[in-house]
Amino acid sequence: MNQVVIQVENLNKSYPTSAGLFPALKDVKLTINSGEFVAIMGQSGSGKSTFMNILGCLDSATEGRYVLDGRSVAELNKDELALLRNRTIGFVFQGFNLLQRMSLLENVALPLIYCGVAHHKRQQRALEMLTKVGLESKANSLPNQISGGQQQRVAIARALVNQPRLILADEPTGNLDSHTSEEVMQLFESLNRDGITIVLVTHEPDIARYAKRQVRFLDGCIVSDQATQHAEVNT
Amino acid sequence: MMLIMLGEAWRAMGANRLRTLLTMLGMVIGVGAVVLMMAVGQGAQYAIKQTIAAMGSNLFVLLSGSSTAGGVRSGGGGNLTLTASDAEAIAELPGVQAVAPIHPGSAQIVYGPNNWNTSIIGSTPSYLDARSWPISTGAAFTNSDVRSATRVALIGKTAAQNLFGDDDPVGKTIRIRQSPFVILGTLAAKGQGMDGRDQDDTIIIPLTTAQRKVFGSQVPGSVRMVMVQTTTQEIMPIVEKSMTELLRQRHRIRDGMDNDFSLRNLTAAADSAEESTRVMSMLLGAIASVSLLVGGIGIMNIMLVSVTERTREIGIRMAIGARQKDILMQFLLEAIVISVLGCLIGLLLGIGSALLTESLTGTVVIISANSILVAFSVAATVGIFFGYYPARKAAQLDPIEALRYQ
Ligand SMILES: Nc1ncnc2c1ncn2[C@@H]1O[C@H](COP(=O)(O)OP(=O)(O)OP(=O)(O)O)[C@@H](O)[C@H]1O
Ligand SMILES: [Mg+2]
Repeated sequence: MNQVVIQVENLNKSYPTSAGLFPALKDVKLTINSGEFVAIMGQSGSGKSTFMNILGCLDSATEGRYVLDGRSVAELNKDELALLRNRTIGFVFQGFNLLQRMSLLENVALPLIYCGVAHHKRQQRALEMLTKVGLESKANSLPNQISGGQQQRVAIARALVNQPRLILADEPTGNLDSHTSEEVMQLFESLNRDGITIVLVTHEPDIARYAKRQVRFLDGCIVSDQATQHAEVNT
Repeated sequence: MMLIMLGEAWRAMGANRLRTLLTMLGMVIGVGAVVLMMAVGQGAQYAIKQTIAAMGSNLFVLLSGSSTAGGVRSGGGGNLTLTASDAEAIAELPGVQAVAPIHPGSAQIVYGPNNWNTSIIGSTPSYLDARSWPISTGAAFTNSDVRSATRVALIGKTAAQNLFGDDDPVGKTIRIRQSPFVILGTLAAKGQGMDGRDQDDTIIIPLTTAQRKVFGSQVPGSVRMVMVQTTTQEIMPIVEKSMTELLRQRHRIRDGMDNDFSLRNLTAAADSAEESTRVMSMLLGAIASVSLLVGGIGIMNIMLVSVTERTREIGIRMAIGARQKDILMQFLLEAIVISVLGCLIGLLLGIGSALLTESLTGTVVIISANSILVAFSVAATVGIFFGYYPARKAAQLDPIEALRYQ
């Protein structure tokens, strides 16, 4: 089942700065199939986050083609992009980005509000997701009452609640210690086993090892793209 | 969907209670002021309408004596130039409905041990028609009473109370300047007149009786004034013209000479009094609306602050699939909830203070459903109008910019 989920060609992104346009991505070309688990690596400032934001339809490319799930993203209007973010993509941030005023359950249920799921159904689905990440007992706690690793698991539950095909995670373990990082990665691994495509950014080779494929960025270009070699300890 | 958003708006407001309350206060004061001012204004309008209705409609008053005789303004009622036969002639004019010659004065009235000084109006039965003044008990005197100058009287409510207390005056005999008068009937209560005097403190007797037996008159048959009622208000200018011509002819006034009578259009004066209270109450409402406007600007201000504060939240919501219109609705609803809640409290405050005003000062206040509706819809409009700009600002944020916001 090698269906293409992400297809990127000649993707360019420049940021306007005081010293003129800064090219953060240069002619990036990448294809990701359904069911893949890709780690994006590279040193700081190499354009990983920029790339992820474009993949997540949060930002738009300056130039080039991005086809997500068969649709050319550049041609979609804002409501259609919102729909993609709601249904097709689950985005996980480094800083969790939970709404502090809401309980964990409400945070997880939030994406369902924007596609009109009824209250009862929302509660049920959100609780299911919390159970999946092992936090059903804390459903009514507030985000600041739980640990960082738990918050990230809630954020993943929120990303999953609308059953997206694709999970995009920008340094999901960046704020976590190595033990909780392992837990989160095991969660991703099991999601991938269930058929969800996962693209995540990480600095740590230990984390990247969970992925089946590793893509390396340098100064806005992809410099290597290979399957994970499990024999090696260092990549 | 709407319910969740209402719940969220409620929670967002609760997150910063003091700020929400202060924002609401602007609305509360605005709506309260509008309701109070409209209640007072409409009360004043109502009071003046009552007075005018009590006066009678489509009325002229003709006064003996020129108002500008020989360049000296002496006011009406100097020389007694009008006569009862002038009144009879005016009655023949087209468009005239009722004509009442009037010879007024005042005297001490005695009944048993009680005595009371009151105004006395000598006139004909058509006076009651012109003033739309019904008889309450007993009966009015007739034209034959006028012809034969009988000693009969109609008594107003205030005068009756002062002379008779709770007794029925009909059939009793009072003394006016020593002469006995039989009370035929009592007049319905009319209340305060345009000049602020109590119209019920009066006694009405036949014109001829007043002229010959009570006050006397230098020129026999003369009267101090004539009240003229026309059939419609539209015809008043025409009647005014024909009446002036008729009287100049009858009084043999040559062209270029001043009238020896003066003519006043009471209905026009009343209309202008009504108009001025109407303008005043509108002005009050307008001034109060300014505070509503200020309240609205307060809402806009706070919503703008709130949007800036919650930029990151907006970014997160967009990242998980909120559309522009979802964000717009969220903030708009918050503004509307604040303004409508403020409006409800303002309504209570306004109604409460209007009732308090009534009980403290005795002025009439009228709280109409209309004014409540107006205040409510204005408040909702203000909420939408002033909430829209901040909400749109929130909705148009770029997702990635909003997420980067610290
Ligand atoms: N909003 C922006 N305006 C201007 N330049 C930007 C902006 N965002 C990123 N850049 C620049 O683009 C380049 C790529 O940034 P990006 O955030 O994608 O790097 P990264 O690979 O995610 O780095 P890190 O590993 O530190 O997160 C950097 O040189 C950065 O300075
Ligand atoms: Mg980054």
